[in-house]
Amino acid sequence: MAEKVVGKGIKRTEDPRLIQGLAHYVDDIKLPDTLHAVFVRSIYAHARIKKVDVAAAQKTPGVVAVYTGKDISQKIGPVPCGAAIPDMKQPDHRVMATDKVYWVGHPIAVVFAENKYVARDAADKIEVDYEELPVVLDEEKAADPKSPVIHEKIGSNIAYKLTAGEGDIEAALKAADKIVRQKIYHKRLAPIAMEGRGVLARYYPGEQELTLWTSTQIPHLARTQISLMLGFPENKLRLIAPEVGGGFGSKLNVYAEEAIMAYASMQLGRPVKWIEGRRENMQGTIHGRGQVGYIEIGCKKDGTITGFRYNVFADMGSYFQLLTPAIPTLTGLMLSGCYKIPAIQMNVTACFTNKMSTDAYRGAGRPEATYVIERAMDLVAAELGMDVVEVRRKNFPEPFGAENPFKVATGLFYDSGNYQGALDKALKMADYTNLRVEQKKARAAGRLIGVGVSTYVEICAMGPSPALPAGGWESATVRIEPTCKVTILTGASPHGQGQETSFSQIAADELGVTVNDCTVIHGDTAVVQYGIGTFGSRATAVGGTAVYLALQKLKAKATGMAAHMLGVDAKTVTFDDGKFTSGGKSVTIQEVALNAHLAKNLPADMEPGLSATTFFEPKNFTFPFGTHICVVEIDPETGEIQIQRYIAVDDCGKVINPLLVHGQIHGGIVQSLGQALFEEVVYDEQGQLISGSLMDYAVPKAAQVPWMELDRTETPSPVNPMGVKGVGEAGSIGATPAIVAAVVDALAHLGVRHLDMPIKPEHVWNILKKNKAGAA
Amino acid sequence: MKKISVTVNGTTHQSEIEPRLLLVHYLRDVLGLTGTHVGCETSLCGACTVMVDGQAVKSCTVLAAQADGSTVTTIEGLAAGGTLHPVQQAFWEHHGLQCGYCTPGMIMATAQILQRNPDPSEEEIRHGIEGNLCRCTGYQHIVQAVQCAAKKMKSQPAPANR
Repeated sequence: MAEKVVGKGIKRTEDPRLIQGLAHYVDDIKLPDTLHAVFVRSIYAHARIKKVDVAAAQKTPGVVAVYTGKDISQKIGPVPCGAAIPDMKQPDHRVMATDKVYWVGHPIAVVFAENKYVARDAADKIEVDYEELPVVLDEEKAADPKSPVIHEKIGSNIAYKLTAGEGDIEAALKAADKIVRQKIYHKRLAPIAMEGRGVLARYYPGEQELTLWTSTQIPHLARTQISLMLGFPENKLRLIAPEVGGGFGSKLNVYAEEAIMAYASMQLGRPVKWIEGRRENMQGTIHGRGQVGYIEIGCKKDGTITGFRYNVFADMGSYFQLLTPAIPTLTGLMLSGCYKIPAIQMNVTACFTNKMSTDAYRGAGRPEATYVIERAMDLVAAELGMDVVEVRRKNFPEPFGAENPFKVATGLFYDSGNYQGALDKALKMADYTNLRVEQKKARAAGRLIGVGVSTYVEICAMGPSPALPAGGWESATVRIEPTCKVTILTGASPHGQGQETSFSQIAADELGVTVNDCTVIHGDTAVVQYGIGTFGSRATAVGGTAVYLALQKLKAKATGMAAHMLGVDAKTVTFDDGKFTSGGKSVTIQEVALNAHLAKNLPADMEPGLSATTFFEPKNFTFPFGTHICVVEIDPETGEIQIQRYIAVDDCGKVINPLLVHGQIHGGIVQSLGQALFEEVVYDEQGQLISGSLMDYAVPKAAQVPWMELDRTETPSPVNPMGVKGVGEAGSIGATPAIVAAVVDALAHLGVRHLDMPIKPEHVWNILKKNKAGAA
Repeated sequence: MKKISVTVNGTTHQSEIEPRLLLVHYLRDVLGLTGTHVGCETSLCGACTVMVDGQAVKSCTVLAAQADGSTVTTIEGLAAGGTLHPVQQAFWEHHGLQCGYCTPGMIMATAQILQRNPDPSEEEIRHGIEGNLCRCTGYQHIVQAVQCAAKKMKSQPAPANR
């Protein structure tokens, strides 16, 4: 009897190549005669280009071509934006700057040379004459009619205004005993996938076949968009996402450089390669977050929330990338958190600024929502003198599921949840009651201990097609080969999540084979049927479900074939552990697989072969949830914040591989920790990116990270047959409010109610110093 | 051009190189050993960590010319005779990697840490890998992998560094 593997934390099948340095990321693919590209990028945030002199670069030995914006920006279609908001103003986003630059990092010219050193030398010889223009940097001030305007054709910096939500917000706030207000910042963050972006393009003029290797989360969607940009037939463009070294949303996009490399390979008749440097990555790959908002939350004296309003200015950057304008709408969807709130309203003013575009970064609009509602609940608790746990419990819905989905005032129906269950488990792990006692004692002794609690819910498994710009379905093909090896083709191309393992686990259990009998192929549009990609915590819940459903189709066919081979009625056949049995006779799946391909003994109406393809369309999103508790101690002398304990109870529905789930949660929490305490993309008043290297941009290091105590509850999703919800973004959504709340709580006795991220020791030290001065 | 002789993973290479060629580019582009990655070009992320004469160095800020006469071990040379190094085994067993891009550097750094301190505490491990950034794992499984590797190396001696 083969051991079932779904639910087991087995080792990943993708790891052997990765731990031996044998995997192939884009830059590891070497083609003969490849030209190397280096970009010249704007050093000003907003300027007119008076002249670009490329003569010296062109003359450099080893240089094959130099393109400026004027040369190619009308030959390639605009960089695509897939999101549409009513009355949205969309600037014409060309692949390179022509007469104006809009942010530091805006590409102006590109050099192609025999090697990257020569390309770099030549790029340094390109002279650009600029005429500086006033810059627009603050998303709130950008909306001011007196602000300089970035896109003259649009006439203002406002990209769109949008009101979302349900219920009578005015009446709801009027009915409140108290209204709590707070201004809240969500600073820009850099995704920092350890592998930056990279593109290799090769054109075969005889076959008229263009192959593009690019580090992307969305191979098929990128192929469609790049084919449109180039006016090149989609079915002749082969896009391959090879090994992808992390994405976090930054590669859920289509970038100018991808189309430029494709174009250049056709023009120059040689393969061309561009590998992004880290500084380029920070200047020219999308940023996340970038909101400043005002919350108003109404409550009754007993803690019941009556209504919640969020007026927010969203920083778009200077252009739209693939989903830029859509990100704040996700914030609007999740403002109810895991609470019953009768009326919710979000008013977004989305503004252009002279900065890199914002777009999806792990969580994409939902961390902002969770952060504001969780901060709001803490502010209500502080206002009413209630415990932060009690005010949450007061507003939780009863546990719910398929029979009674939870309708919230943002228009969503949450699929299933038991918020009390996760909260209770986390409180028990933290020994919450005792923590509060210890905190009091410590405070009396002059120590600053804080406890933060976040009860979050997120929206995952993106998602039903009507709700997404592209389709929200996912595809799978499962083939049983003649030797009974199993090939799974998934459209959900991973970039570190481990789908090669988890999808094999699903197939192994369904077919009674081993994980090592299965192989998962992804990322190559010439091999894999059209698919959507890996983002929005969708790969397992949507892509995994597609695999599961394809397996059911396959099993049905194999059962019919087995019945024929056994000479029995298919209804009498049972399939277990790789064996089809009826009335004491049996055939193995191996025998069936061979028979399907030899095709000498098939039922009259059955096609040969053993392959099934499914396109799974989910009927709803899924809504994972959980409780995170953070305990911090602050050094009263230095303001240094030490995380003493971190407890996370997450519920992502049914789990295929708990080891991978833990890995996702750990990683997400640490990205949250970075946002809460360290990370911030900083532009100075001239729009210079002054956090443009890993020296200046504080990605968390191992020694800054606490030990995380994890547990789970398991509330299956009714949205898909496996009951899975998704976990990729849970940590980055649930953790930030818990960490911030813990620091605020440590200083609560000094009258602190809120602190903006990233909370640095100097902020805390200033508060402590001021308080000391006040006391003296 | 400059002539250098470097022994990499047991094989000696005589090469003529530009004096400004970085060691990481020499390994990746001249020798085709692409397991060593470039993550920041500024010796901050550690993805390019290799051993030069037994010392872990960030090969993105070392010139190939500086490695003239040296013995270099890269991730490709760590598994001896097809057997994974205990550090590699431990990273696999403990899910110490996700996207895998930082992994070769992280594994090389770990091998060095355990060479210097066969029984590190959690704190020593965390400080030891501070020069290596990982954006995926949150480090916890890496810490567990290093602890596991330490145990393995006590019970099974590591293959000698070439």
